[in-house]
Amino acid sequence: MMDKVKTNPLKNGIAAVRKDQHIFRLVLMLIAWMLFLAITRFGRFYSLLNFQTMAAQFPEFGIMALGVMVAMITGGIDLSMVGMANLTSILMAYLLLALTGDDGGLPAYAIPLVFVLGLGIGAGLGLFNGVLVTKFHIPPILATLGSGEFFIGICMAITGGAAVSRFSRTYARTINNRILGDMIPVQLLIFIIVAVVIWFFLTKTVFGTKLYMLGTSPKAARFSGLNTNKLLLKTYLTSGMCAGLAGLVMMANYNSARADYGGVYTLQSILIVILGGVNPLGGKGKISGVILAVVLLQMLQTGINRFPAISSYYIFLLWGGVLILVMVLNFFTERNDGLRFKKLVTTKF
Amino acid sequence: MADSLLKVVDVYKSFVGVKALQDVTFSIQPGEIHCLAGENGSGKSTLIKIISGVYTPDAGSIEINGRQYNKLTPIEAINNGIQVIYQDFSIFPNLTVMENLAVNSELSEHRKLVNWKRMRTIAEDAVSKIDFDVDLDELVGSLSVAQKQMVAISRALIFNTKLIIMDEPTTALTKREVSNLFKIILKLKERGISILFVSHKLNEMYEISENFTILRNGKVVATGSTKELDAEKFSFHMTGRKFTKRHYRVERLSSEPMFEAKQAGVQNGFEDVTFSLHKGEILGVTGLLDSGRTELALSLFGMRPIDSGQFYMYGKPVTLSSPKAAIHNKIGFVPEDRLSEGLFLPQSIADNVVISEIDRLTKKAGLVDKEKRAEEIEKWVRELAIATPDPNNLCQTLSGGNQQRVVLAKWLACNLEMLVLNGPTVGVDIGSKHDIHGILQDLAKSGLGVIIISDDLPEVLENCSRVLVMKAGRIVADLETDKTDESVILSYMM
Amino acid sequence: MDEMLKLKLKRISRKNEPYLFLVLLALCLLIEVRSGQFFAANNLVDIASALIVPGLFAIGAFMVIVSGGIDVSFPALASLSVYASTTYLLSIDYQGGVWLAFLLSILIGAVLGLFNGIFIGYFKLPTLIVTLGSTNVFRGIMQGALDSKQLATIPSGMREFGTSALFIARNPVSGLTSRMPVAFLVFAGVLILMFLMLRYTMFGRSIYSIGGSEVSAHRAGYNVVRTKIIIYILVGMIASAAGVIRVSMMQQLHPTNMLGMELKVIAGVVLGGTAITGGRGTLLGCMIGTLLIVIVENSMILLGIPTSWRSVFTGALIIIGTGVSARQVISMHKVKSRSIKQPIRRGA
Repeated sequence: MMDKVKTNPLKNGIAAVRKDQHIFRLVLMLIAWMLFLAITRFGRFYSLLNFQTMAAQFPEFGIMALGVMVAMITGGIDLSMVGMANLTSILMAYLLLALTGDDGGLPAYAIPLVFVLGLGIGAGLGLFNGVLVTKFHIPPILATLGSGEFFIGICMAITGGAAVSRFSRTYARTINNRILGDMIPVQLLIFIIVAVVIWFFLTKTVFGTKLYMLGTSPKAARFSGLNTNKLLLKTYLTSGMCAGLAGLVMMANYNSARADYGGVYTLQSILIVILGGVNPLGGKGKISGVILAVVLLQMLQTGINRFPAISSYYIFLLWGGVLILVMVLNFFTERNDGLRFKKLVTTKF
Repeated sequence: MADSLLKVVDVYKSFVGVKALQDVTFSIQPGEIHCLAGENGSGKSTLIKIISGVYTPDAGSIEINGRQYNKLTPIEAINNGIQVIYQDFSIFPNLTVMENLAVNSELSEHRKLVNWKRMRTIAEDAVSKIDFDVDLDELVGSLSVAQKQMVAISRALIFNTKLIIMDEPTTALTKREVSNLFKIILKLKERGISILFVSHKLNEMYEISENFTILRNGKVVATGSTKELDAEKFSFHMTGRKFTKRHYRVERLSSEPMFEAKQAGVQNGFEDVTFSLHKGEILGVTGLLDSGRTELALSLFGMRPIDSGQFYMYGKPVTLSSPKAAIHNKIGFVPEDRLSEGLFLPQSIADNVVISEIDRLTKKAGLVDKEKRAEEIEKWVRELAIATPDPNNLCQTLSGGNQQRVVLAKWLACNLEMLVLNGPTVGVDIGSKHDIHGILQDLAKSGLGVIIISDDLPEVLENCSRVLVMKAGRIVADLETDKTDESVILSYMM
Repeated sequence: MDEMLKLKLKRISRKNEPYLFLVLLALCLLIEVRSGQFFAANNLVDIASALIVPGLFAIGAFMVIVSGGIDVSFPALASLSVYASTTYLLSIDYQGGVWLAFLLSILIGAVLGLFNGIFIGYFKLPTLIVTLGSTNVFRGIMQGALDSKQLATIPSGMREFGTSALFIARNPVSGLTSRMPVAFLVFAGVLILMFLMLRYTMFGRSIYSIGGSEVSAHRAGYNVVRTKIIIYILVGMIASAAGVIRVSMMQQLHPTNMLGMELKVIAGVVLGGTAITGGRGTLLGCMIGTLLIVIVENSMILLGIPTSWRSVFTGALIIIGTGVSARQVISMHKVKSRSIKQPIRRGA
């Protein structure tokens, strides 16, 4: 045991480079793809409108990915993001429906109220996950698998599977708006706010440090006097709030809410987070990597749509291929690093 | 030396430029119990792996029963009767004892199908060889450590075994289990089986082995008959340094106790535990593995809150319901298993040092105060002489002794009144052990209340001013260390 | 109490299956009391036929989870292999039996499983990540490269296989009839083969061993890499067979219809007491767990609950089921630490 962890400055050096290497690789891929598009489809890709459209599209799953990232840093996972998002949006859709006036407008307080309540519902649902994980000691992967199904179930039960729509268009119009001289889509703004808040918490506060430590070793965290249960509750509360917000953005994009919106996002958000370099075992991962992965996904998706001859479904192939490729590259660059290698071998995820 | 069972001749091995073994030569006779000792990183593990065929030496050869091998494969090693019992015993906790015992031989015979009857026969046969009484249908995961070890030994004996290599076999055993293990080793010796016993505990070497070999930095620095070895020589060979013992002497003892336990108890742990700790003294707590000492240690840190009795600090009752509460009461805890409980190995040394006091290193709203943090880290790395070029390096890059210093630093940074250490030097090199003892004694002199919970009696006698002996969950003796000795303590323990 | 009896009781109480079976029985009785229709012949046959596809998937997922991994790619894998083989058979206007559909699909499934297996076994990548990636790859190939569409007609062999019945059960009260599909035999056959493999072959034991401790398995002489690769090939084959059955029973092919089943299948396996950390679990438990989910999903109508409530119950079942087994593990640990202590103290 001891022989494996002895001092080796060489290993330190490699580890330091590699830390950024992951992000470096993502940047490289992004640039390569953008260059490719510049050469082949310059006019159809490089327009302000196109970038604005993309910036309005990725926040809904981007915000979910940020939530999953927080859970994964603690060594957990959240498979209930979509369930929480849809439950939040459906409840808020009913609220909007009730608030919609005869003239099809909304009172001024309606949208702020929806956001406050939406965040609150997301937080509550996240807390439910947190309780399952901390009080009932259910592994996060199972707890959120079950609760995700449960939340979707509630959505189905209250809507009967139908979309909740016909609430005032003002809501969708407001969120689909662009601000700052018609430049920045509101969805992007929401994403940026969430990203900045999470970045701030993870890197600048005690809470962030504790999360990384907890993810590295829950046992050592307990022996260091950290209140691990409280930290985990806050973690799932955070991912719940992200899900709630994502739900509100989705509701604006579809101008309705439904139990089965965004079904692919469950696995997609995990994919993004892992591609972004977050260690599924916990303790490691940067928000910059996750944001890069989100942007890369959107670029790939939109870019491929610029080739009408190619089915847009190739995006799945590309996406899965990139994930596996990155992992294999990691395998070759990390194979000399005995400790990490061993961790990968003995791990499940 | 023609009749050697195993001869390792002039073996060299290096990894990416690091010389793990240089010019290593040693031999074992049939039926010999040979002790291989060395500090962490001395090359012990590498040597074991070369003997068992896992690694191929860069130069040199291995002779088994007079036959020379330049390239020994694991299969050849097994076919020549060499078996390794690793520290983790290489068992399957999820399978029954029977399957664990039989699986290796089934595999070596290249069987494709499972015959449960035959497996049972093999297993029964195996346990009978060392009169090991165990339920073959029990899951191995629910056995005690000693029983797991017996499973591993029985399994090793299924083959026509000539040499068993035991990698630090006594680490997690109680005293009684160790003596039981030694009985079995002697029984194996009678049958002509050689044992290569890897250890760094001198008293065990004395008790069990005839000859020894000590490795340091990949070289054989001493070899010969164990009888000629003494403690001073042993630690010199192991470390290359000479040490003088520093017995702890109390200088100033506070008149009022700083910490007291009155009739404290925890279900299935300990009961009616009453003692007091004064400022300036180091209190030792010792006992067998099942004496309740570990539970007491955990209770003092709020990991297992007491359910009867009361703790007091400076005469005021305190409730230690969680580690957080303990830290709030200025109590720190150095856990038994440094690697999994004490440290965050893949995180930076800096974060490891400040994690427990981090709530104090803030500006407003939980914001980390970078300057304060950097100051603290700089201070503690310097004070405890943690050998690192940069505290932002990962903790796993440090040696065992330095890692233990990081754990100490973490707690000292919390401005403690009292520090509880559970097995503070388990798995720590002799050199670092000496240094850590020095640090603890200095801390105690400067007014920190220290409780050392340990079954390493020389450690307790050297560092503590008073020792409590626990047995079956109760304190059975309260002794002054300068008026007692190991045999007296042992008589209370057993 | 007698020591032996105590030991036996302890061992039984530690098993999951008796509890599970009681829960299953309680559920069945509840539905029977509420509806009086549960134990009607046609309902039992309906449940059996609804069990076939999830059951086959669960067998594969079970094997993976026992080996210490997790697979989320089997629905995508099955969709791709069944789509590819069905369109090929349609393109050659194949009129023969269903065996060729199975053969083709299982062959493709084996190749796709090998794809997973190489990354997991040889490159030692985390299973969740690999299968997450391959899910997308398989889906991309199906929807992108093969440009999959809904197929209203399927080859005649598959159509006949889907409609052929072992027997027909009739409800004497309502007069409703249900066919027991021949495909049930495939499910039963795979189940029996898997049981025998896990219990009576060294390969089967190696799956449990790897799930218990990969390092130990390697040292004991198991070929861990090969075992893992074979596991994923087998999963690919079983899932593809399930795909053919699904399409045959539905009489048409919706390419994306199976996607999204993975989480529910895994839930059933885990509900059946299979440890998500690997090494522990029985095929019997896995089947009871899957059956529980199938029954909950199919008995809503009998209970007079709108089908839209389905997921509420499945979700609750998963949460309660895993919660109870998590409790059990914790209390077992407590018992364990005590039982270690006892004999030592007696002697001391």
